[in-house]
Amino acid sequence: METKMNHPLQKYFRGAINYTTCPGCGNGIISQAILWAIEELAMDFNKFAFVSGIGCSGWIPSPSYNTDVLHVTHGRAIAFATGLKLATPDMKVIVTAGDGDTSAIGGNHFIHACRRNIGLTMICVNNQIYGMTGGQVAPSTPYDSKTTTTPYGSIERPFDLSQIAISAGATMVARWTTFQARQLRKSIAKAILHPGFSFIEVISQCPVQYGKVIGKRNDAVDMLMDYKNRSISIKKARELSSDELKNKIIVGEFIENKEIPELTQEIKRLRKEALSRCQK
Amino acid sequence: MTNNSKIHKTDFLQGNIACAEGAIMAGCKFFAGYPITPASEIAHHLSKRMFEVDGTFIQTEDEIAAVANIIGASWGGAKSMTATSGPGISLMQENIGLAVATETPCVIINVQRGAPSTGSPSVHLQGDILQSKFGSQGDYQVIALAPASPQEMFDFTIKAFNLAEQFRTPVFILSDSLVGHMREKVAFPLQEELVISERKKLDHYQGIHQKIFLDEDVAPMPIFGKGLKANITGSTHKEDGFRNVSDPKIMDHAIKKLTNKILKHKKEIIEINEYETDDAEVVIFSYGLTSRAVLETVRKARRSGIKVGSFRPITVWPFPEEEVEKLSRKVKIIIVCENNLGQLFPFVKSAACEHCKVISLPPKILGTLYDPEEIFEKAKEVI
Repeated sequence: METKMNHPLQKYFRGAINYTTCPGCGNGIISQAILWAIEELAMDFNKFAFVSGIGCSGWIPSPSYNTDVLHVTHGRAIAFATGLKLATPDMKVIVTAGDGDTSAIGGNHFIHACRRNIGLTMICVNNQIYGMTGGQVAPSTPYDSKTTTTPYGSIERPFDLSQIAISAGATMVARWTTFQARQLRKSIAKAILHPGFSFIEVISQCPVQYGKVIGKRNDAVDMLMDYKNRSISIKKARELSSDELKNKIIVGEFIENKEIPELTQEIKRLRKEALSRCQK
Repeated sequence: MTNNSKIHKTDFLQGNIACAEGAIMAGCKFFAGYPITPASEIAHHLSKRMFEVDGTFIQTEDEIAAVANIIGASWGGAKSMTATSGPGISLMQENIGLAVATETPCVIINVQRGAPSTGSPSVHLQGDILQSKFGSQGDYQVIALAPASPQEMFDFTIKAFNLAEQFRTPVFILSDSLVGHMREKVAFPLQEELVISERKKLDHYQGIHQKIFLDEDVAPMPIFGKGLKANITGSTHKEDGFRNVSDPKIMDHAIKKLTNKILKHKKEIIEINEYETDDAEVVIFSYGLTSRAVLETVRKARRSGIKVGSFRPITVWPFPEEEVEKLSRKVKIIIVCENNLGQLFPFVKSAACEHCKVISLPPKILGTLYDPEEIFEKAKEVI
């Protein structure tokens, strides 16, 4: 007899779970980490809104998540999410974005959201390449990588997205790879509860496009094992020299500061001040 | 109530400030903007006033973010607005297209300045008329109103919010640096005179295929945070918001429904001011600030016994094609006066078909006021 089993996260989906990503994509691991974090927190999914841009990461929430989802232009998800959060400060607004979304076309919005410390959670899927458009070099692609637009090898140094977030003033920053799915889930849960701007970078495999660049074409398992071997915790990394850290992926929770005022709270303060001045 | 309370409150206001106050009166609760001459006074004023009315003001990192912010806020249920000039509109275009495609009510003030490029920030030009209609990719419709005075900056801003709410679409105010910066008397409406529209909202969740888009009579909007499970995308979608980017039939349907949502309601949207057109042989077509010089010309011509009239669209977009066609059947000549090299001229000519002659008369020096005399001379010459 055939038994029909429902996925334990089915209730979070708008109809059938129907992801259109390539086999082996890291999106599924990240999507589960987000939803398991919400499940663990036992929070009302209706109080969450997801905003995403263009690129494979945009399709993590859109249209799949069965809550309010806004799928917008490339690179601008944070800017739309900022307006939404300011208008609905009680909502938990989560942005999913890619590395190109975050650090190329949307770099300006990214650093300013960090600076403003607006209470958004940003989950950045860093697959180190432009996947959807055909494997072009990204600002996060390692030096000397051969991509579809760098046939001689890339000559620009990559960004460290988590370090940018820290420098720009984000008050919670963590990085994991898709191999550390449990740690990722825990950090996402923390980020959701964090009052200010939280940035979670996930190094995620794109076996189709980036796999090709590093000689692991269509081999997601090999890419995950590579993440496992190269990951080093931030605690351990602090004791090592830059030479020893070469080729390593530093993972962990980098900063968490709940003291800096959050933007929507600051706006509430301004309204009170403006009102009391009016009454005088 | 005493009779005194029926008297309109008046103030001597700059156009940009009148616009900001009009926005507040219309119920605007969210303003996002980036500094730019000659629109900045709107932001200055609202940076103080928004908080007094329990609203939000944010100065964004650029104009791309400003328009993205107001779209996001609109989905959060707030009436929202941004104000900029041509260079800012250029940056906003991609997201304006998203506002059209996702049927997001919002108001965009363009205090036009000298162009192209950086141009002349404090020179008034009507240079962005086509930009506001055709600047984003694809076929789409917008609504745009052209004010000529601080009073109209106030009144049209309220009207812009009302149209945005009624038709779930971005609405432009096409002002210019002179209208934005001039100071004149502005009369505020009495509470009972004020007409304020509110968007049709989805009141309860109706399942994953609930119809929230692509209704020519405007679908209800699922405001975020109310458990309505809004499914919103700038990609081609169906009535329920589900994306389909491969079937041309679905794209065809989406484009036509979006376009018809505005065009089907043209009669409700379009407003024209006609002056002395009943028996006119020559009619001058103008909009915005230019229409003030035209009115003076008409009065002057009538005093000399020359039958000249004025046709002024308040609504520049959608273009009043049928109204111009009707006009062209009863006059000999239409002179198109715009403070540019003739941006609406081809539209007037096309609407007039071959019924009458249509000529373009830009001001002698672009960016300066028309001398009513130069329009008068032209009218005399062609009659």
